[in-house]
Amino acid sequence: MTTITINGKDHSFNGIDPAMPLLWALRDHAGVQGVKYGCGVGQCGACTVWLDGFAVRSCQLTVGALEGRVVTTVEGLATATLHPVQQAWIDHDVAQCGYCQAGQIMSAAALLERNPSPTDDEIDAAMAGNLCRCGTYVRIKSAIKAASGAMTASALFYNAMEAEELSA
Amino acid sequence: MNQPSDSIANTDRRDFLKISLGLALSSTGSISMMSLASAEASGTLNAYVNINADGSVTIYGPNPEVGQGVNTSLPMIVAEELDAKWEDVQCEAAPVQQQYGMQFAGGSLSIPMRWDEMRKMGATAREMLCRAAATQWNVPRDELTTADSMIWHGPSGKSAHYKDLVAAASLISVPDEADVRLKAPADYRLLGKRISNASAEGIATGKPIFGIDAKVDGMVYASFVKCPSIGGIAKSANLEAVRALPGVIDAFILDGTPGPYNFDIRKSHAIQSGVAIVGKDTWSTFKAREALKVDWDLSAASQDDSDVIEAEALAALAAGRVEAEIERAGDVEAAFANAAMTADSTYSTDFVSHAQLEPQGVLVSAATSAVEVWTSSQTPVFITSNLAKLLDVTPGNITVHQLRGGGGFGRRLSNEYIFEAALISRRVGAPVKLQWKREDDMAFDYFRAPTYYRLQGAVTDDGQLVGWKNLVAAASADGENANYGASYRPYDFPGKVIPNVAVEQSFVKSQTPTGAWRAPISNVYAFAVQSFIAELAHKAGQDHRDFLLNAIGDKGWIKEGDMASLNTARARATIEAVTKAAGWGRKLPEGHGLGLAFFLSHSGHIAEVAEVSVNGKNITVHDVWVAADVGQVVNLSGLENQLQGSVVDGLSTMAAQRISIKNGAVVQSNYDSYPLLRMPQSPRVHVDVLNSGYRPTGAGEPALPPLAPAVCNAVFDACGERIRALPISNEGFTIV
Repeated sequence: MTTITINGKDHSFNGIDPAMPLLWALRDHAGVQGVKYGCGVGQCGACTVWLDGFAVRSCQLTVGALEGRVVTTVEGLATATLHPVQQAWIDHDVAQCGYCQAGQIMSAAALLERNPSPTDDEIDAAMAGNLCRCGTYVRIKSAIKAASGAMTASALFYNAMEAEELSA
Repeated sequence: MNQPSDSIANTDRRDFLKISLGLALSSTGSISMMSLASAEASGTLNAYVNINADGSVTIYGPNPEVGQGVNTSLPMIVAEELDAKWEDVQCEAAPVQQQYGMQFAGGSLSIPMRWDEMRKMGATAREMLCRAAATQWNVPRDELTTADSMIWHGPSGKSAHYKDLVAAASLISVPDEADVRLKAPADYRLLGKRISNASAEGIATGKPIFGIDAKVDGMVYASFVKCPSIGGIAKSANLEAVRALPGVIDAFILDGTPGPYNFDIRKSHAIQSGVAIVGKDTWSTFKAREALKVDWDLSAASQDDSDVIEAEALAALAAGRVEAEIERAGDVEAAFANAAMTADSTYSTDFVSHAQLEPQGVLVSAATSAVEVWTSSQTPVFITSNLAKLLDVTPGNITVHQLRGGGGFGRRLSNEYIFEAALISRRVGAPVKLQWKREDDMAFDYFRAPTYYRLQGAVTDDGQLVGWKNLVAAASADGENANYGASYRPYDFPGKVIPNVAVEQSFVKSQTPTGAWRAPISNVYAFAVQSFIAELAHKAGQDHRDFLLNAIGDKGWIKEGDMASLNTARARATIEAVTKAAGWGRKLPEGHGLGLAFFLSHSGHIAEVAEVSVNGKNITVHDVWVAADVGQVVNLSGLENQLQGSVVDGLSTMAAQRISIKNGAVVQSNYDSYPLLRMPQSPRVHVDVLNSGYRPTGAGEPALPPLAPAVCNAVFDACGERIRALPISNEGFTIV
């Protein structure tokens, strides 16, 4: 048995092959289907999730090796409101078929969590592992920049609030 | 060229549209009769419109959604005429039923074939609501106005929401078509605006809306292993050993249907032979494949070798081997004899795969005579009749559910994976979720056909293009008819605008299945023709833009009233707009080049300019400008997205995508050996939509064909090297 925290809740995997990729454990055994199968060999990024906060390819991780680890999928990204990256994806009407977009969003959100104001080259580098056959890269880039602006503004706001409280 | 008359392969786009509309009409008598008033009060005004008690409006999208945006744009057309408040509209996939006519996604036809029908559905529903209000308030119908799901009567100040009138409206008999007025485009409130995809939030939050997400109680999982060499037959396999593996429920051989596997999407329910592995989850079936050993009978298998196909095709072109004449006009020999300048170039294109991100898969429940299918097929309209034959059940007992497709591009037009799953489900007596691996998807595609063109042009001493010869070498299973997508159909340009034209064909044997790949034929024909026009311009010492405009001429609409035909005014407008936007003729940075191409396909007049820089064999595509005329704009955001995406997809395909065949089997297996463009290689894309006011036509395909020639023309401008093969990696070039 392997117990993994998935989107904030512990999930125990019983009686499955420990060599099963996390991708298929999530989809077939944990009811988490936002994560998508595209290639199975770590080439396309459709299966991108966060492992302990880092964007990883869930088709390249075996479920048996993840005891006690924390997995976040696109279903667990929103809190009370949508994550700024999700909101930007909707506002910029990024998706065509949408199949790769959960993976794109997880890569983009991981980038912005660490680097809220990335340069174009940093965006390119962070997103190079996520393929889109529909060719929505133009809009993905715009949405990341918009989300970056929203996250930077929000960080500034909360920093200011914090400073106000501290000085009061 | 002489395929069976019931094959869609022989049906060109215009005929297909006629068939489509014909079926829609014949299923109901007339389209407007689909708005049947019900005997009991309800929220339903017709097959597309339901007004809910909470004031929301459900509008059903009849055609499959595979990323082209039709489950947003088609409901928008209904909502416009209905005057529904868009924020309260829920777009839902229609069930697959005869009343919805031709439920398919192909040929960029969803918008043009549904345009009249969708408008009438919305306008008829609105008229019924107005009549109900007029009766209820005892006021003249003509004094009522509508907007945002509300009806107003100005003189009395009365108003009501649609939700409060729909029960009465649903009992009214359907108005005569003549009494239903459609809006003038100037009155559109919704059409032409940028509207986000109706599923944008579902996609961004990971809702299970795709074909791969379908689940039903009691379902088992399956993988299906076919012979790598197309048409090989499974004789025997170590089935006992596979059945004993953990998580495996059953393993058995399915007899296939003899090849060749033609792209006959309407009539065929053929499948290739193979071994089905059924398990308790996807991974168990994938893992069991590693232990599976199959003895294949290769006696009927394809022995194709793509290098041999190419060599034979190029030899046929060099020898001028003509086996069929396709098109002839004027006196071609005289035009060439009297020309001041002639040119002669050969262009080649390889097999390519669809490589849509969601590999083929489906959920089918066929354990009993009540059959149910959950699918992201592009042709749900053809599933029921074929499944009924395959399973010997009555069509009325088959239910097909449409789910969102993770990309289509023509791959999901054929339904063989559904037939595989149906046979497996019947055998195991449980609902079956069949999942093709990526490697299956790449090995068993209906590929874009390889095509080879020898083009010759004749130019007079005053620079007029007066003669055109095109010899097409096409892959052919029988040596007499071109395989799907390898053929040539007469194009208006240059055939109808240049006075002396000869198009001829020769055939090269190939058993590899081919089918419709985004903008079939046009996607390779545009590359050859629009590159060659630039070659002629250069050789004639003329500016490419001027030469192209001159060649297109000013004949106007080649076939008046036919949206699919060339309209030289629309063509000129896009070329002029795109060259202006790109700064055609401006001084470029060192090593940069600009390239132009125009193409008309799927009724879309599209011109593109690419700006590239070339460093050795490395090409960077910096910017691409697109000017598009697809008539009345429905959803501007969706349209711009298709234009941007077509540019990226076009570049992705021309860069390094190549399927090679050895011993009848596909060599490439996944995205590592068959690369898609990645974000760092992706150019900036600038789109200019010309709202010409013509009837709206589709946008999923026509912006792809001009991209490859625009880029290759830009490469020539930058470094003087002419690329005549796709992918360009065949000539040593890399997109960086």
